[in-house]
Amino acid sequence: MVKENRVVLRNHGELDPLKIDEYIARDGYNALKKAFNMGQDDVIEEVKASKLRGRGGAGFSCGLKWLFTKQVEADQKYVVCNADEGEPGTYKDRMIMQYDPHTLIEGMAICGYAVGADKGYIYCRGEYPYILDILNTAIGQAAEKGLLGDFSIEVRYGAGAYVCGEETALLASLEGKRGEPSCKPPYPTVEGVWKKPTVVNNVETFASVPSIINKGAEWYSSIGDPDYPGTKILTLSGDVNNTTFFEVPTDTTLREVIFGLGGGMKDGKAFKAAQVGGNSGAFVPESLLDTPIAFDSMESISATLGSGAVFVLDETRDIVDVSCRVAGFFVHESCGKCAPCRIGTTRIHEIIERIGQGRGNAADLVLLKDLGSVMAGSCLCGLGQAAPVPILSVLKHFAEDYDAAIARAGEVC
Amino acid sequence: METVELLIDNIPIKVPAGTTILKAAEEAGVHIPTLCYLEDINEIGACRICVVEVEGYSTLAAACVMPVHQGMVVKTNTPAVRASRRMNLELILSDHDSDCPTCIRNGNCELQTLCEELNVRNVRFEGTKKHERILDTSTPALVRDTGKCILCYRCVSVCDHVQGVDAIAAVNRGFETTIAPAFNKGLIDVPCVECGQCILTCPVGALYEKECIDEVWTAIADKEKFTVVQTAPATRVSIGEEFGMEPGDISTGQMVAALRRLGFDAVMDTDFTADLTIMEEGHEFIERLTEGGVLPLITSCSPGWVKYMEHFYPEFIPNMSTCKSPQQMFGALAKTFYAEKIDLDPEKVVSVSIMPCTAKKYEAQRPEMRDSGYQDVDYVLTTRELARMIKEAGIDFKNLPEEDYDDPMGESTGAAVIFGATGGVMEAALRTAYEVITGKTLASVDFHDVRGLEGIKEATVDVDGTEVKVAVAHSLGHARELLERVKAGSQYHFIEIMGCPGGCIGGGGQPIPTDTEIRDARMKGIYEADEAMALRKSHDNPSIKAIYEEYLGKPLGDKSHHLLHTEYTERSQY
Repeated sequence: MVKENRVVLRNHGELDPLKIDEYIARDGYNALKKAFNMGQDDVIEEVKASKLRGRGGAGFSCGLKWLFTKQVEADQKYVVCNADEGEPGTYKDRMIMQYDPHTLIEGMAICGYAVGADKGYIYCRGEYPYILDILNTAIGQAAEKGLLGDFSIEVRYGAGAYVCGEETALLASLEGKRGEPSCKPPYPTVEGVWKKPTVVNNVETFASVPSIINKGAEWYSSIGDPDYPGTKILTLSGDVNNTTFFEVPTDTTLREVIFGLGGGMKDGKAFKAAQVGGNSGAFVPESLLDTPIAFDSMESISATLGSGAVFVLDETRDIVDVSCRVAGFFVHESCGKCAPCRIGTTRIHEIIERIGQGRGNAADLVLLKDLGSVMAGSCLCGLGQAAPVPILSVLKHFAEDYDAAIARAGEVC
Repeated sequence: METVELLIDNIPIKVPAGTTILKAAEEAGVHIPTLCYLEDINEIGACRICVVEVEGYSTLAAACVMPVHQGMVVKTNTPAVRASRRMNLELILSDHDSDCPTCIRNGNCELQTLCEELNVRNVRFEGTKKHERILDTSTPALVRDTGKCILCYRCVSVCDHVQGVDAIAAVNRGFETTIAPAFNKGLIDVPCVECGQCILTCPVGALYEKECIDEVWTAIADKEKFTVVQTAPATRVSIGEEFGMEPGDISTGQMVAALRRLGFDAVMDTDFTADLTIMEEGHEFIERLTEGGVLPLITSCSPGWVKYMEHFYPEFIPNMSTCKSPQQMFGALAKTFYAEKIDLDPEKVVSVSIMPCTAKKYEAQRPEMRDSGYQDVDYVLTTRELARMIKEAGIDFKNLPEEDYDDPMGESTGAAVIFGATGGVMEAALRTAYEVITGKTLASVDFHDVRGLEGIKEATVDVDGTEVKVAVAHSLGHARELLERVKAGSQYHFIEIMGCPGGCIGGGGQPIPTDTEIRDARMKGIYEADEAMALRKSHDNPSIKAIYEEYLGKPLGDKSHHLLHTEYTERSQY
């Protein structure tokens, strides 16, 4: 039986988030102190050696990102925390910020020291207004105790756009501009916020750092999958018994998550599909549930671990209807900058809606696949590239559901 | 400079580091289609037409923005690339009003060209079009049609980055996105200066001038009316482009002949009033310089610039020359001096102008511009509109015999024709001011320091021991930069500002395309025309001498003040 391994969530429920002394009493800010006594390069080397990869979805090496930022010569650098947690079904970042804000602050401060940045921003999801006071209180406490050195953190809020979780859109929004992504390069590590070198990492990534510095890279890299080591917080929702969160080693399989920690299907119904990683994630069929959640293993089945949301559907769910709702989400959240996403998301939704209403035909399926693969390959940012992923996954794994809907259309005619 | 080697379609190529794939491909002789891309102005990779495959990349790359690197392997013609380009075009077409035959850009549309180039044969998507179609006709000069807009953002970029006006931006999100003034208001509600640079950059028919072709046809056909037409300096080096001639080819004589064949009763020249402007503005400058008036004096020929100044820099109103633009001087004289001269009731005179400009349409409707007792200029046609009329009339423009302008407002000098290019008004003014102040003849009339496409030009001219410092800016972005320099303490005596890049030869009413190369060619045409003139100084124009003797009296005299000068109004930015 798979067990939780709480690294990021080690303090969850163990302390009062608004009392810094309780955090300190649990080894808090030791990692930062330790980092201050290490060379900047040594800190980066430690993070690199831990093989920590970004927990926001792209899975890029955290240490390398820090190294790139450190290497650029500039009069000012920044650390930005991506807390625009927008994937439906995901709330792991909120858990961290709400119940253990100092872990995030400490992680960011370690990063700031390592890359040579004295200013950090937390770009927080607009739908989490109650987090603001918690973060500001915690930042104030750490600063008052002089724990952060010359590092300061400012919290900025988004206005509710999902696309602002994409780092270039996030930075645009952070600067007060329309939240639209821009083409990379330049990467934020070279030209980020205010055109200065910037590390952008997810909340969970930063929150992993204090433990790595405290316990060492070797300890961390021995947990879970060797190529994507450590732990990952998963949030379960849908037709599963335990709709809650778990922090598990990255070699845990989806089956262990859903049928072990998740307690299996509700009401004894049969499993149909699980959408992993949020709305932009693929739907995984029963036959692939033995895949470990690690980044690369998920990629090998054309899925993504993404944010770590696991949305479980039982046998009674209508896949065409579910995918239509997913498509509708992207119609709502496309920023409108690049043509294939702006128009493609609407066309995908229209086609699926047509099929669901019994007005589809076989050519629609071909068009849907063609459109999906063009969008995945040619949209400007991750949003547009990922928008067709769930659709393409259901066309692959649940083709019979679509065929049935189209056959019904034949009967209607 | 660091160079990198790469392969594009198996062609080895060496280019400077940082070059885009698009530019490197050009070097390799490989054409990559683009749509939203506009060099130096709009490089945002939004249309995804220029996508290419790069070895090792999981997604396609936008060639217009992706820099090359050492050892890069690029493929521009693969099944995935072709499928993506076509699909993205199909998507754009599925949300575009494709009523091409009646579109103002039919035959000169980048979207049409691309569909032809990429063999798009059908649009497989049937679905809704974005939001409600908005046809914004709120300004006198511009029309904005969101049904045609393909959201390439070129207009947004030129308005913001080049003109510094920022009148339009993306409003709403996703499929509902519209390019519009703030809060989806009309252009009349924001400080749009109606320069029309957005029209020149629009690849389709989403932005165009408010046409008055039919009104002009009606006036010409009306036997009771007497139609007087004037042609701006910059139109004579560009209109030929609409008929297969090269940018910069001088077609003054053909244009005069064409206007007569269209049926205008008198065909005269804005160049005449350009010379007159120099007499008035030159004396205004001399007066301010010698009697201690507000300096620097700033030119006022460009209505886009004037409106910009009124919105963004009203503190410079005392610096502005009070001279009307040549168009408006002509208009005021057409219904007074000219009507009297040929014994016509001014009410029957319909005054039409051919302008490289859209803001001139706005200028003609300003309430100040009625000093003749009537609207001084009734209709303003852009260069493009005139070309459309000539085509409609079936006139073989290119092969027309050259004809001369009518008197008495048809004669002009080289100083007038150079009004069409940035620096020209300054140069023309210097030619006259120098000789009037010193009483000496200039050894050379050419002031090369104020010519060319550099954004801000400065020169110092020795006028009988007085160092006269002048500056010239074109495009409103550069105007802002220059005015900020003045505010920071830079001292000048005289400043010329033109609203459009390159001056009037790059005006918003000029043939499409208008790009840097074309501006350059038109500018060469302007200076060739200047050199070919027998007279090159405004004060040498016999018709100008005559109008002062017969009618106006003297520069800055009472009649001049009444007919040829104007005033400005501070306007809100919001």
